[in-house]
Amino acid sequence: MPDHGTPSSRYGLSALIRPRALASFVVIGAIVAAVAASFAYVAGVLSPHRLTQARMIDRFELVNGPHPGFRRNHAKGVCVAGWFDSNGAGQRLSKAAVFRPGRTPVVGRFALAGGMPAMADNPKAVRSMALSFRPAGGGEWRTGMNDIPVFPVATPRAFYDQLLAARPDPATGKPDPARMKAFLARYPQTGQALRLIGAQPFSSGFDNASYNSLDAFRFVDAQGRSTPVRWSMAAVQPFAPEPAGEAGGGDPNYLFDALVARLRQGPLSWRLVVTVGQPGDPTNDATRPWPANREHVEVGTLTLNQVEAESPGDCRDINFDPLVLPPGIAASDDPLLSARSAAYSTSFTRRAGEAKSPSAVQVPAGGKGA
Amino acid sequence: MARPGEFPLLSRILHWTMAALILAMLFIGLGMAASLAHYHQLVAIHRPIGVLILVLVAVRLVNRLVNPPPPLPADMPLLLKFVAQASHVALYALMFALPLVGWGMLSAARYPIVLFGPLRLPPILPHDVGLYAALRTTHTVLALLLLATFLAHLGAALTHALVFRDEVFPSMAPWARRRVRIEAEAEATPEV
Repeated sequence: MPDHGTPSSRYGLSALIRPRALASFVVIGAIVAAVAASFAYVAGVLSPHRLTQARMIDRFELVNGPHPGFRRNHAKGVCVAGWFDSNGAGQRLSKAAVFRPGRTPVVGRFALAGGMPAMADNPKAVRSMALSFRPAGGGEWRTGMNDIPVFPVATPRAFYDQLLAARPDPATGKPDPARMKAFLARYPQTGQALRLIGAQPFSSGFDNASYNSLDAFRFVDAQGRSTPVRWSMAAVQPFAPEPAGEAGGGDPNYLFDALVARLRQGPLSWRLVVTVGQPGDPTNDATRPWPANREHVEVGTLTLNQVEAESPGDCRDINFDPLVLPPGIAASDDPLLSARSAAYSTSFTRRAGEAKSPSAVQVPAGGKGA
Repeated sequence: MARPGEFPLLSRILHWTMAALILAMLFIGLGMAASLAHYHQLVAIHRPIGVLILVLVAVRLVNRLVNPPPPLPADMPLLLKFVAQASHVALYALMFALPLVGWGMLSAARYPIVLFGPLRLPPILPHDVGLYAALRTTHTVLALLLLATFLAHLGAALTHALVFRDEVFPSMAPWARRRVRIEAEAEATPEV
């Protein structure tokens, strides 16, 4: 090779345009491009129809409009705090620190399902209770529960489709019946679930409602034994049905205002009841109830005695991701769980970076203590 | 022990272990941001692997100071040497920054930073969602920079092996030394 002796010959232009070098560049380019394409595929760039957390949250924003700074779902809410007294009965099923006998601090949030932070309280709105149990030695447990007996959909895709199907028509203010009918035909288990939900009377307020995990989880005991479970926060306050007539007398915050007033009079309590699943009980389908005769284990009592409006650093800035679980509680095979975790994270990230405006629910001064 | 012009064995072990981990992490990170079904499992392995990379890159930096890498070929043009060194500085900076930003952003979001079982990291920043949002964006930007630097590093390594046929590729992949030398000699022999 005539140029082999010069110092930069291997790196010189003449060396790089030889046919063999050009062929090598093609091979190198193909390898690098193949790796880059694999990255793009995994990232969903090549799959515009893949249901991702970004597309799920985009759909919330599509049907509810932009509400920067607020949760994309359960947007209207208020912060609460209190404690959980464990009676120790849960230790038989789970090694989680929160089930050891004793008291655990709790912060939480009551909210209405829906992505409109200024929606008017109404009797048909699903109410939710989100909690973060914070044992002193670590092992935080977060859970978000609703006051309905089963969830209307079983899969993330069905949830995504439901959002659009249930979107109110601007002309009538109600969902398009044809679209809803098509949705229910496609997801027959939703019709089943909606009948169960409709059959349960609504309570008059947040305080006397009971809240259900809906999704199944697994409790793991100290020996590693795993048990499918669902759980409920059963109101100690006696059930009272939603009164007839115009709800709240025109106060768009009547449910939240009543909760604040009730917490000012004194603490509110719920019993944490664990339902123990049996082999064959559906753990991957939140639309289906478990048989009523399943064992129920009361593991302790939640007491809430503080309430405050959402503000920096309080429940507003907590992602009540249902898969923030301590050792002793684990996810089931319910596909909604990972999807909730993913979508909540995207919602949290988006609102974290946006300017905040005050919640529609405000707590008058002096409302903190019970 | 390393032969002349070769990375020491510990350096090579660290390099190839981290190459596998970083490639896996790039796929896991991209995948978990775009997957509802596997999000939870992917996040659960993303955190401990990130911490492992942070530990390994610290070991690797110390090792690099103790066992310096072999010099680049003397005849390599200065511009190429500069690009090579700058890309290695960038890789080290990103290998440190990504896990630290990840740890910081989980702290600012007030997520428990679970590694596995009861093992968790303490928060390194206060609960502040504005800070979380900034760090979350930073994490994505740095990850894409790492991805680009990774591809450039891969392309450069293959260019050294297949086009320049110098000692750079065999210095980290000694198994390729013999083949490269034989091919280089064959190439150097004029065909008549």
